[in-house]
Amino acid sequence: MLKEAYAEQIAKIFAKYPDKRSAIMPLLYLAQEHYGYVSPEGINEVAELCEVDPTQVKSIAGFYTMYRETPKGKYWLQVCTDLPCALVGAEQFYHDLLEYLGIQEGGTTPDGLFTVEHVMCLAACDRAPMLQCNFRYVENLDMEKMKALIEQWRAEAKAEMPASGD
Amino acid sequence: MPNILLRDQDIPNIGTYEVYVQHGGYEGLRKALSMSPKEVIAVVKDSNLRGRGGAGFPTGVKWSFVPDVEGPKYVVVNADESEPGTFKDRQILEKNTQQLIEGALICAYAIQATAIHIYVRGEFWDIGFQLEREIEKARAGGWVGQNIGGSNWSCEIYVHWGAGAYICGEESAMLNSIEGKLGQPRVRPPFPAVSGLYGRPTVINNVETLANVPPIIVNGAAWYKSIGTEKSPGPKIFCVSGHIAKPGNYELPLGKTFRELIEIAGGVRGGKKLKAILPSGASGPLLPGTDKVLDTPMTYEDVAALGSTLGSASVIILDEDTDMVWAAYKMIKFFRHESCGKCTPCREGTYWLEQRLSAIYHRKATRADVELIESVAKQMQGKSLCALGDFATSPVLSALKYWRDEFYAYVEPAKPAVKAPARKAAALAAAGD
Repeated sequence: MLKEAYAEQIAKIFAKYPDKRSAIMPLLYLAQEHYGYVSPEGINEVAELCEVDPTQVKSIAGFYTMYRETPKGKYWLQVCTDLPCALVGAEQFYHDLLEYLGIQEGGTTPDGLFTVEHVMCLAACDRAPMLQCNFRYVENLDMEKMKALIEQWRAEAKAEMPASGD
Repeated sequence: MPNILLRDQDIPNIGTYEVYVQHGGYEGLRKALSMSPKEVIAVVKDSNLRGRGGAGFPTGVKWSFVPDVEGPKYVVVNADESEPGTFKDRQILEKNTQQLIEGALICAYAIQATAIHIYVRGEFWDIGFQLEREIEKARAGGWVGQNIGGSNWSCEIYVHWGAGAYICGEESAMLNSIEGKLGQPRVRPPFPAVSGLYGRPTVINNVETLANVPPIIVNGAAWYKSIGTEKSPGPKIFCVSGHIAKPGNYELPLGKTFRELIEIAGGVRGGKKLKAILPSGASGPLLPGTDKVLDTPMTYEDVAALGSTLGSASVIILDEDTDMVWAAYKMIKFFRHESCGKCTPCREGTYWLEQRLSAIYHRKATRADVELIESVAKQMQGKSLCALGDFATSPVLSALKYWRDEFYAYVEPAKPAVKAPARKAAALAAAGD
């Protein structure tokens, strides 16, 4: 339950606004962090906290691109392919990244580590190609750097896994 | 001349409270507090500072619209920077954080606001937390909260994260987003100055606009007007991207030419020839890379005279090899994705423009489709609640204005009505060109 897990943060969020409804967006981020995506139970809990109908919360979640409505890979990679980035090779980079990971647009690798999508402008046009990995920017990329990063993330994920044999 | 906005290029860590106060930080707010709110507005009005978010509306005039009423009033800082090609506010937020906070506080004092909401785009995730840390330092310095700077005026500052929607950069959509409603524009009037956030008087200003305010208060309107041109005074950050040798942010006085900017940014990448310029991201009409355009001073009025807009001054450079049909298609895809769906002309118009441009780009269209997209774009203009519906038409109409032949080259030549199979064969033949 969000109410128990984030009691202090929730109180702080409500203190910012004169209206409970304004807390929908920040609480959706908490729900996403807690459940890995904005799950049906997350939607219901946010609705209850903000005293609105769950349908209203769901419409907000669906309106924005940063709320995941389905579970994603551990590393959620959103590549900007908008015009300024595309002018310096972002579309090719995106295509090569999908091919390297062997997945389709929006797909997740079978090991559950990587989801790759393209997104609209991220205000990093001078550092293209670039992507956002779980809300952190990774900039000035090329496939060589990208392959090294993927290996690093794979190693990190492996180190975090419980010892094999279970 | 030292930078006024991109001060981080001259002074390391100027964005932190400690370094900022060592370099004259909060002198502007201190001085403002010694003046009446009306006097502060008069100075900003006199400086002729124009909104840096894109519309270029005089900032002091905007502030003066706020009625002198009791009860809550708000300042909303538009840090939802999302225009393709724009990345200036990000540098201010990251590297000159305190100057933005001070500017927002001066604005809040001038309209006697009770709270400031900084709306950062959700993707600026870490920047939002950095802002919160710097706000707390300013609070410890006595500049945020109760009895600011020893005065009887109190004001809070809050950070609100967006979650990925271009439309929320439109001021009335931003207010709805903070209120927990869908980020869609409102019908105006009433204007936000009278009935904005939670139905209260509200001023919404862009990050760069507010960063201009502390130096204006410290140095005065006459000093500010000595920079730039008479109608477009002050410094401006130009974001240069695309086919350019040294992409990045460049602070220049308004009134320098496109040619000067391109030279400062190292010229067109790879020594190629310039084909086109987008002076204001995807939202402003394309301009051809002619000498006339290159020698035009970058001011609000001079770029408007060319049939485009200076907007947020996000200058995207397109070299001689750029396919203009592809470029227009890319921009339409953006607007189709970002149309919020409220107004039919924008929602349906962007859908059909993308659909038909896709057909043209994939050589599955006819000459009639080229005329059709022009007709659809023209019919969309002036028919939506916010400017997105108009912005979406400019890539198509401006590309057709200057590079119409490139569109025709993608489609089969005009023929009398033919049966479907023959058309398909012709389209396939065209695709093999």
